Amino acid sequence: MLEIKQLVKKYKTGDVALNGVDLKVEKGQVMALIGPSGAGKSTLIRCVNRLETPTSGEIWLNGENIVKLRSGKLRKARRNMGMIFQEYALVERLTVMENVLSGRLGYVGFWRSYLRKFPQADVQAAFRLLEKVGLEKMVNKRADELSGGQRQRVGIARALIQNPDILLVDEPTASLDPKTSRQIMRLITELCEEQQLAAIINIHDVALAQMFAERIVGLREGKIVYDGSPDDLKPDVLTEIYGEEDWTAVRKRKAKKSTDSEVEDESVSAEHMAEMM
Amino acid sequence: MIKNPLLRWALLLGIVLYLYLSVGSLEINWSRIYAGLDRGAKFVYGFMNPNFAGRWTDISEGMIESLVMTVTSTAIGIAISIPIGFGAASNLAPLPVYLFCRGIIALSRSFQEIIVAILFVAIFGFGPLAGVLTLSFATIGFLSKLLAEDIESIDRSQAEAVKATGAPWWQWINFGIQPQIMPRLIGLSLYRLDINFRESAVVGLVGAGGIGATLNTAFDRYEYDTAAAILILIIGIVMLSEYISGYIRAGVQ
Repeated sequence: MLEIKQLVKKYKTGDVALNGVDLKVEKGQVMALIGPSGAGKSTLIRCVNRLETPTSGEIWLNGENIVKLRSGKLRKARRNMGMIFQEYALVERLTVMENVLSGRLGYVGFWRSYLRKFPQADVQAAFRLLEKVGLEKMVNKRADELSGGQRQRVGIARALIQNPDILLVDEPTASLDPKTSRQIMRLITELCEEQQLAAIINIHDVALAQMFAERIVGLREGKIVYDGSPDDLKPDVLTEIYGEEDWTAVRKRKAKKSTDSEVEDESVSAEHMAEMM
Repeated sequence: MIKNPLLRWALLLGIVLYLYLSVGSLEINWSRIYAGLDRGAKFVYGFMNPNFAGRWTDISEGMIESLVMTVTSTAIGIAISIPIGFGAASNLAPLPVYLFCRGIIALSRSFQEIIVAILFVAIFGFGPLAGVLTLSFATIGFLSKLLAEDIESIDRSQAEAVKATGAPWWQWINFGIQPQIMPRLIGLSLYRLDINFRESAVVGLVGAGGIGATLNTAFDRYEYDTAAAILILIIGIVMLSEYISGYIRAGVQ
């Protein structure tokens, strides 16, 4: 269903985020994408949605090469991809209902959406989804009144109301506490199973990935270094993905780089170390 | 502290000498100052006894004209500023549009209201039309610039999330951008309404209509009591609108 061929993304700064990625995701498959910070996980799913423009390569979704699409056709293709973001990315000053219905903007005309007169079917779908994610009582609250977990549930409802073929999920639990993280992951995987949705879930928490995904892909320095079942994710494989000697390499390179990335890199590598032990 | 004592003292001496010479170069005409004191006293006296009734029809007509000028020019200004503001936001507009809109803003901001008013009075003649055009023109520079800056500092991820759903451009603006800039747009518009009222009194002095014209006439006739009444009314209205706009702004967070 989704097929990525030799995807390369070079940033203007010269950093190579993706270096020839080949990946195929079947209908209804929930795939976790793991890897150290800066491995290109976010870039990969942002390329699929074309929030970033790939440097070269092909991305095929439902028989269309997304890399080649422009304006109108690109918008149509985007309707089939539901995105869920790390910091939820809800429009803070809109209500929960408006946020969920914004997932239908690709289908609804300007005046209908401007006057907030969405088709009845969409409104019903929104209510149904909000009930499913447990927010039926929050419909008219403003998004900035919600807690982190609640916001992410709205984000999930917004992605699902698009009726997508695939969910692109970027670190859905990075800003949440462990309990809420599990609930959110369970919700996403359950909904995927129910609607036979494929999903690419970027996640740095290896334990969570193993628990909820049926397939794990490890990304390191823009290349896929592991692709298999969660059960085969043994310590040596983890070392290959996160790489013990890799940390020193990052540090050596860092000496030349600016200092602001330094703090982030360090905290991330500490986290990975904790995870591997 | 300057280290070299010689230089330090020389500078100090130089400044004192300069002050002495420049004060000496002022031609102070004591008799004129004396006469002025007399007028000043009349002025203060007039202020103690503001006369609202004497020329009430002139005052009320001028006031209404000023208010009409204020509201009209603010409305026109906002209507033009919004598209220009969007065009001048570097995160939305393509470079040529950006440069064009920034150019309009720079043009509008480079002229003081009085100068624009003189120009428009010369073109369209005395009266409120010149005033309305002046204030609209000034509003564009003010509002578009601040609106563009607000658009440039929005939370990108919110807008991106709406774009990622496949929303067309107008709906993307309506859902992803507009909610983020609305409080500031309302606040700035109300603030500009305030400014435009005050400016409407100023541009009237050069013949662009409104209460400024009435005030000018009152001064020309040495009717300080009437002038005082007008100034008190202006202060009252500005304070009132300040209070109301503060109240509204607190409501839209």
